[in-house]
Amino acid sequence: MRRAATFLLLGVLPWLTFSAWAGDSVPKPTIRIATEGKCIAPAEEMRRNHMDMLKHQRDKTLRQGIRGEKASLNGCIECHAAKSTGSVIGHDDSFCQSCHSYAAVKLDCWDCHQPKAGYKATGVKP
Amino acid sequence: MSLVPFSRREETLFYMVAGFGAAIVAIGLAAALYMEHSGHVVTGMNNQIVWGLPHVFAIFLIVAASGVLNVASIGSVFGKVLYKKRAPLSGLLCIAMLAGGLAVIMLDLGRADRLVVAMTHFNPTSVFGWNVILYPGMFGIVAVYLWTMMERRMNPWSKPVGFAAFIWRLLLTTGTGSIFGFLVARQAYQSAVLAPMFIIMSFAWGLAVFMIVQRVMFAWNAMTVAPAIRNRMKNLLGVFVAAVFYFVAVYHLTNLYFAKQVAFERFILLDGGIFPVLFWGGWLFLGTILPLLLLYLPGLSAMCGSVAIASGLVILGAFCQLYVFIIGGQAFPLEIFPGMEMSSSFFDGRVDTYTPSWPEFILGLGGIGIAFTMTAIGVRVLRFLPEDDLTHLEAAGNVTD
Amino acid sequence: MSNNDRRGFLAASAGLGLVAIAPGVHLMQVAQARPAGEPASKLQRWGMLVDTAKCATGCDACVSACATENGINEKVADPRQAAQWIRKIDLKDPKNGRQHSLPMMCQHCAEPPCVDVCPTGASMKRADGIVLVDRHICIGCRYCMMACPYKARSFVHQPLTQQNPEVPRGLGCVESCTLCVHRVDKGQKPACVEACPEGAMVFGDLEDPNSDIARRIAQTATTQVRADLKLNTGVRYQGI
Repeated sequence: MRRAATFLLLGVLPWLTFSAWAGDSVPKPTIRIATEGKCIAPAEEMRRNHMDMLKHQRDKTLRQGIRGEKASLNGCIECHAAKSTGSVIGHDDSFCQSCHSYAAVKLDCWDCHQPKAGYKATGVKP
Repeated sequence: MSLVPFSRREETLFYMVAGFGAAIVAIGLAAALYMEHSGHVVTGMNNQIVWGLPHVFAIFLIVAASGVLNVASIGSVFGKVLYKKRAPLSGLLCIAMLAGGLAVIMLDLGRADRLVVAMTHFNPTSVFGWNVILYPGMFGIVAVYLWTMMERRMNPWSKPVGFAAFIWRLLLTTGTGSIFGFLVARQAYQSAVLAPMFIIMSFAWGLAVFMIVQRVMFAWNAMTVAPAIRNRMKNLLGVFVAAVFYFVAVYHLTNLYFAKQVAFERFILLDGGIFPVLFWGGWLFLGTILPLLLLYLPGLSAMCGSVAIASGLVILGAFCQLYVFIIGGQAFPLEIFPGMEMSSSFFDGRVDTYTPSWPEFILGLGGIGIAFTMTAIGVRVLRFLPEDDLTHLEAAGNVTD
Repeated sequence: MSNNDRRGFLAASAGLGLVAIAPGVHLMQVAQARPAGEPASKLQRWGMLVDTAKCATGCDACVSACATENGINEKVADPRQAAQWIRKIDLKDPKNGRQHSLPMMCQHCAEPPCVDVCPTGASMKRADGIVLVDRHICIGCRYCMMACPYKARSFVHQPLTQQNPEVPRGLGCVESCTLCVHRVDKGQKPACVEACPEGAMVFGDLEDPNSDIARRIAQTATTQVRADLKLNTGVRYQGI
């Protein structure tokens, strides 16, 4: 039993990881970036830290009232909303959704925030 | 004492009981998931009646949970042998009902997925915030208390831990009562009497639950509670029920004394539709007068099952009382401009109506299911059955009256 | 001094000149946009004064303006479950039959009960007195709604998709009037104040003795609703 487990750990796992590096057999998210150009930080850093940047900014803006921060969710949307739908979510290749569904990380932002760029809300008197 | 193995029939019966409990828990969770997914639009709760049936169930379970521990406290803190034998069962019921009540209140949250936020963000001025500490603390203390009682080597510690649990449960019920007591804006709630009233209510409701569970456990094992013990415990229940009556009377009489609360009292006691019916018929007649008659009237109190029926009625009365208190308190219009007549599209100045929907009722039932299932499994796998040694009790002078 | 330096110097003096006239502009505009990176200040307290004598019964321009500005547009089957950030209340004194009408919304108390009771600290008061809900940590317990003496808060009962990008709001959280914080931070007035056809609402800094609102509160009798609760409201009324 133990030998089987050791075999699994030493033999199979590195092989699996290696094939992940090799990259061919592992599905990757398809992200369509509508507006190419410079982001507020290199892509590598954005991929790793966007959540912290946004969280830091959201607390500063909401709780202290600091406006005009570099990182901003609406800023993300302005650049990254898909040309076809105008949104960062809704399809499997939408900017936010593509990676988040790939990584199985729940997206909470859009329960409250508007995912469409340049959206103009209407008002209906209650 | 030799252990008699369970019969096959008994075993099947147990699995049926446990399965029944689990099924109730499952549909309760399904209801919660449905509410979570669709939003509270599928409930009868709204922006005027913001707390509804789930809160009636949850507050009953939480208050009764702290009250049921009273049985253990009488044993360990006040040294009564009769109750000491019942301390483990009382601890188990406390944990089970607390778990059920908390589950209901958590699953009713608008963002139940943010349980971690509730645990990691703490506002020291919030009574709700204190309760976030008091409830898990209660679990911990009672768990340790059970351990000191059931593990022989830890027995010497059971008295101090029991005392700590006693203090903690008083704090807990004070906290629950204060959730309402500190609401200055609402006519129904701001009152210092609510904290002690909730403590007395917890005594009565907890003991009523205990009496029913005890009776069922004894019946399961083909035993009956010795008449002297039954007599003693039923008298205690009667005293608690009478004490609740006293506190409720004081609460309403003080409200009547304050001129600006008279309109609210009129609403709850006379012309508020369902609320006076539940108050007079549900709480006062079914939940107070009838149980007192069953417990004390010589002809009735000796009847088999009278104590269990009285206990059931006390619980029914408790639900009526909480419904009147929580929902009636919100249905009465908030006085934003005292002395003025108000009207608006937001139902200002109007009595609000509330029709509970199925999901919220089932969610509340699920909480009871959690308590039921935990108790059923607990008493089966561990030794919770009170074992009375009558000669010993008599020697200790515990059953003389 | 090189040419470049001189240009810089000229630009800087022009800037200084602008700052020098700013106080005058400030009086006209009520508020100034806060520079980027600067937090809301304790030296200010935003408030509102409503003259109920000017507020017309049956007019709800403020309510419509609020709905448009804040993207309140969801269809709610049960009106009891609808969110209302601002509403018109019609009042009648039963003793003498006097009737009047006024807008009711979050009163932006200095001692807000909703902030006291919130278990997570989601209900919060910004340094400049604006009471907000931090929806990122709101768990939807509705305790603040129980505590609010003005019924100013609403719970969102259903999923929303048509929010205004500047005004996030959504399912399962409690919300209320933000005093149009996103506009105030840009130096604009709240939408309701701007929309009022009678000019019955005045917005401004209660802490600034030269502001229109502070001068009017100093000169005329104004009322805080449920003043007996001593919450020190930021929204004041005239003529109740």
